[in-house]
Amino acid sequence: MAFYFVQFLTGLASAASLFLVASGLSIIFGVTRIVNFAHGAFYMLGAYVAFSLTERLSGAFGFWGSIVVAAVVVAAIGVFVEMVLLRRIYHAPELFQLLATFGLTLMVEDLVVLIWGPDDLVGRRAPGFKGAVDFFGQNIPSYDLFLIALGPIVLGALWLLFQRTRWGILVRAATQDRDMVAALGVNQKWLFTSVFALGVFLAALGGALQIPRDAVHHAMDLRIIVEVFVVVVIGGLGSILGAFVAAVLVSELNAFGILVFPTISLILVFLVMAVVLVVRPWGLFGKKEAPARRTPGLTVIPWRPLSSVERLASLAALAFAAMLPFVSGNYALNVGAEIAIFVIFAASLHFLMAVGGLASFGHAAYFGLGAYGVAFLAKIAGLPMIVCLLLGPLLGAAGAAVFGAFAVQLSGVYFAMLTLAFAQIVWSIAFQWVAVTGGDNGILGLWPEKWAASPSHFYWLALGVSAVVVSALRLITFSPFGYALRAMRDSPLRSESIGINGKRIQWTAFIIAGTTAGIGGALFAYLKGSVFPDNMGISLSVDALVMVLLGGVETVPGAIFGAIVYKALNIWLVSQTDLSKLVLGIFIVLIVVVFPKGIVGVVESVMHRRRTAAPKAAPLSAKMEGAQ
Amino acid sequence: MQRRTMLAAGLGLAVAGLMGTARAEDVIKIGEINSYSLLPAFTEPYRKGWQLAVEEVNAAGGINGKKLVVVSKDDSGKPADAQTAANELVSSENVAMLAGTFLSNIGLAVSDFANQKKVFFLAAEPLTDAITWSKGNKYTFRLRPSNYMQAAMLVEEAAKLPAKRWATIAPNYEYGQSAVAVFKKLLSEKRPDIQWVDEQWPPQGKIDAGPVVQAVAAANPEAILNVTFGADLVKLVREGNTRGLFKDRKVVSFLTGEPEYLDPLKEETPEGWIVTGYPWYSIKTPEHDAFLKAYQTKYNDYPRLGSIVGYQTIKSAAAILAKAGSTDTDKLIVAAEGLSVPSPFGEITFRKIDHQSTLGAYVGKTAQKDGKGIMVDTVYRKGSDYLPGDEEVGKLRPKD
Repeated sequence: MAFYFVQFLTGLASAASLFLVASGLSIIFGVTRIVNFAHGAFYMLGAYVAFSLTERLSGAFGFWGSIVVAAVVVAAIGVFVEMVLLRRIYHAPELFQLLATFGLTLMVEDLVVLIWGPDDLVGRRAPGFKGAVDFFGQNIPSYDLFLIALGPIVLGALWLLFQRTRWGILVRAATQDRDMVAALGVNQKWLFTSVFALGVFLAALGGALQIPRDAVHHAMDLRIIVEVFVVVVIGGLGSILGAFVAAVLVSELNAFGILVFPTISLILVFLVMAVVLVVRPWGLFGKKEAPARRTPGLTVIPWRPLSSVERLASLAALAFAAMLPFVSGNYALNVGAEIAIFVIFAASLHFLMAVGGLASFGHAAYFGLGAYGVAFLAKIAGLPMIVCLLLGPLLGAAGAAVFGAFAVQLSGVYFAMLTLAFAQIVWSIAFQWVAVTGGDNGILGLWPEKWAASPSHFYWLALGVSAVVVSALRLITFSPFGYALRAMRDSPLRSESIGINGKRIQWTAFIIAGTTAGIGGALFAYLKGSVFPDNMGISLSVDALVMVLLGGVETVPGAIFGAIVYKALNIWLVSQTDLSKLVLGIFIVLIVVVFPKGIVGVVESVMHRRRTAAPKAAPLSAKMEGAQ
Repeated sequence: MQRRTMLAAGLGLAVAGLMGTARAEDVIKIGEINSYSLLPAFTEPYRKGWQLAVEEVNAAGGINGKKLVVVSKDDSGKPADAQTAANELVSSENVAMLAGTFLSNIGLAVSDFANQKKVFFLAAEPLTDAITWSKGNKYTFRLRPSNYMQAAMLVEEAAKLPAKRWATIAPNYEYGQSAVAVFKKLLSEKRPDIQWVDEQWPPQGKIDAGPVVQAVAAANPEAILNVTFGADLVKLVREGNTRGLFKDRKVVSFLTGEPEYLDPLKEETPEGWIVTGYPWYSIKTPEHDAFLKAYQTKYNDYPRLGSIVGYQTIKSAAAILAKAGSTDTDKLIVAAEGLSVPSPFGEITFRKIDHQSTLGAYVGKTAQKDGKGIMVDTVYRKGSDYLPGDEEVGKLRPKD
């Protein structure tokens, strides 16, 4: 009995650390709608700064003072980031801020290694909380008891702050309806900055408090960021109490789950999130979001099919690209093929995000399923390459059909997180089911057959498939189905009232996107000659998001350019420097500032402005479409 | 839409142009790949090690009169990126051979690439048994003592312990799983009386140490096998110390004696764990003294195990190239099979039968000295003594 009680307390202590970080993220999201990918980076910075301070300042006062000072210092960094970077892009398309915070995260990961060195750092234990308390023969670390007490104290303090101060009322109001708060004359700038500062403070505090239990190292951020997102979503976005309950739920399930299934930790949080979101689409304590007041079509340059000149230009570009094998070596062809594959992958996500309005955070699952489909067919069934390429993506299609059916019931960030949960579940199956998938050692020896083996042939294959896929997706976008899908994106209520079966349309789009991602994955398997669980991991999903956002989510060809720029740059930087993350991060942050609508988005608006400025060039139809 | 392809072509050309450096006839290039950005704690000392080796090789006249150049690439910790790097090294840099890698899955990916493209590959760090056995191929050699060898070394010590009730804690991926499986198998063979009472599989890098420690303690084992390392190990040790998990229990632990993993623990270092590792401070052999002196003179820092691995990788590669007298892959393979080379740990041999080197490891006990973790009672275990018989190896490895 004593054991179970102690296990329960241990779970509570884990929950407390999780809650601190999650509450900060929840507050930031609730008010600013920023999916703050850099939250983990601030958590990590908190730990590093606190480590440096506690090593220098001794005594109880020095230690606890250092923890608080570290959190304040990092919060100040957060304020700087908000004022210099995020303020510029609040009006960018939804999720675009994710790109900026992703860039920051990349930078911080390399910067901490430059500043603090590559070794794991182990900080001091907390003065006064070094030992353990004996409880019927079981030891409970006293620091755990401290954390257990701290969780509810922070929860209470935040509750008082939000319920009893004017600032709290404004924050709650902004969480519910920020347009209205702005309309009532509240200075949004400072509200957002202060909220961001508080959120970062909590993240850094959470990180600093890990010093006595954890090692401080440069991958801390990735360990926590996804888990924290999950906790926030299970609890309901913007709900502090929800974050607390979810943190306790997840931690306790883990503490007791490992007694029965020791391997459960890997996917537990994602299983819980999937179940919660399927049963309660807005999390445990979340509320349904009010429908957006803004008519989405207004800010966007209307989409139109390519003119015949543009078509010819595209064909010429394709022909030009097809000449590459005559002028360059095998390595460039290899890179070219990889880029072509990522164009397919990014285009498939772009179709879902831009045309369907459904931002998936787990799109790599279908890319990876396509790759594994090929691997199974080739290795187990021994089928020829062309058959594998045709049938392999069907595994991606099947996965998309199953998960999509659940996912499209949700929207916005909840949709994104459910797709993430599904992707993680698929990933962990590939990772754990060693007998079938080879676990993380993957499936090797999947090389192309003779006819496609030479780099130039494979390049042409990848280029050709990618041209076909991109054209097909474009055709679908401008088909009646595509228009119906866009109608659902822009106004679910209106489109359902004119008889569009919205959920089915979105589900179909999800399957189309999943299948095309699977095609990319199938080619990728042959390009690399092997498949690994990495091929469906979170970082690949994030890469795809970055490509789409970089190119411009409000444009039709954005993903293509995003994929080319990001992938080529990434490959080049990784090859040239060990600090590729730092350089890539800086580049992304600059792009975000210079091209707040994505690269293609900004280019298109410039061209559009020029065209509309000319008297004759504003066709009536475009105007009407824009005013829809 | 297809405008993208034009850009692809442009960038491709740019990349090709940048890579196409002139190749002098009097230079031999080795292509080296490792997870520099993902695992700097291990790969920084590793890089220092191989840079020292390159310097020494060239100071001694290079390889048959030609200068040795190592072209090093980062793989960002992903198998797919490692293959891109391998491709670049082979296609654009025209390297004579590939070397390096740390993570098992990356090692396997590069080994498969080598097999496909018929390139010589000397795997430095990956521990998985698959790379020389179940997925072994004729182009791939491996330097470090494998999972199996380290398990066998530890089992020898573990079997001497009176403990009968054992629990295991291992990261939940192929390395942890196979380490536990081999250890269990070998120990149970030697000691049929042993019971395995609990196993914990925390996710790699994400251990929730408190509940894991509690769960192991609840099973009340007499001894524990630990396979976690890095930050997970720190958390496990801290929670275990506070909760008294290691009191009156024997612990056998993979890799924990390596400075990379032992040094961060400082005053938290547990006493008396049986570990494999690298006690650079207490090795008193002429070979190691020479290495230590050269390393400390050049870097003003002490070597980690990674330094040894990096140093020996390039030293071995240079020896193979020198013996082959050519950069032809088949000749390199013939030269490497059965080749004996000196190392800071004494002479090692690349076995013909499975391309595994006989580099060994030090086994000892952890202790604390002046608030730092060290290994004591260390003894070097030769790799050749901890590999299964030739007949068994023949069954484990596919025919070339």
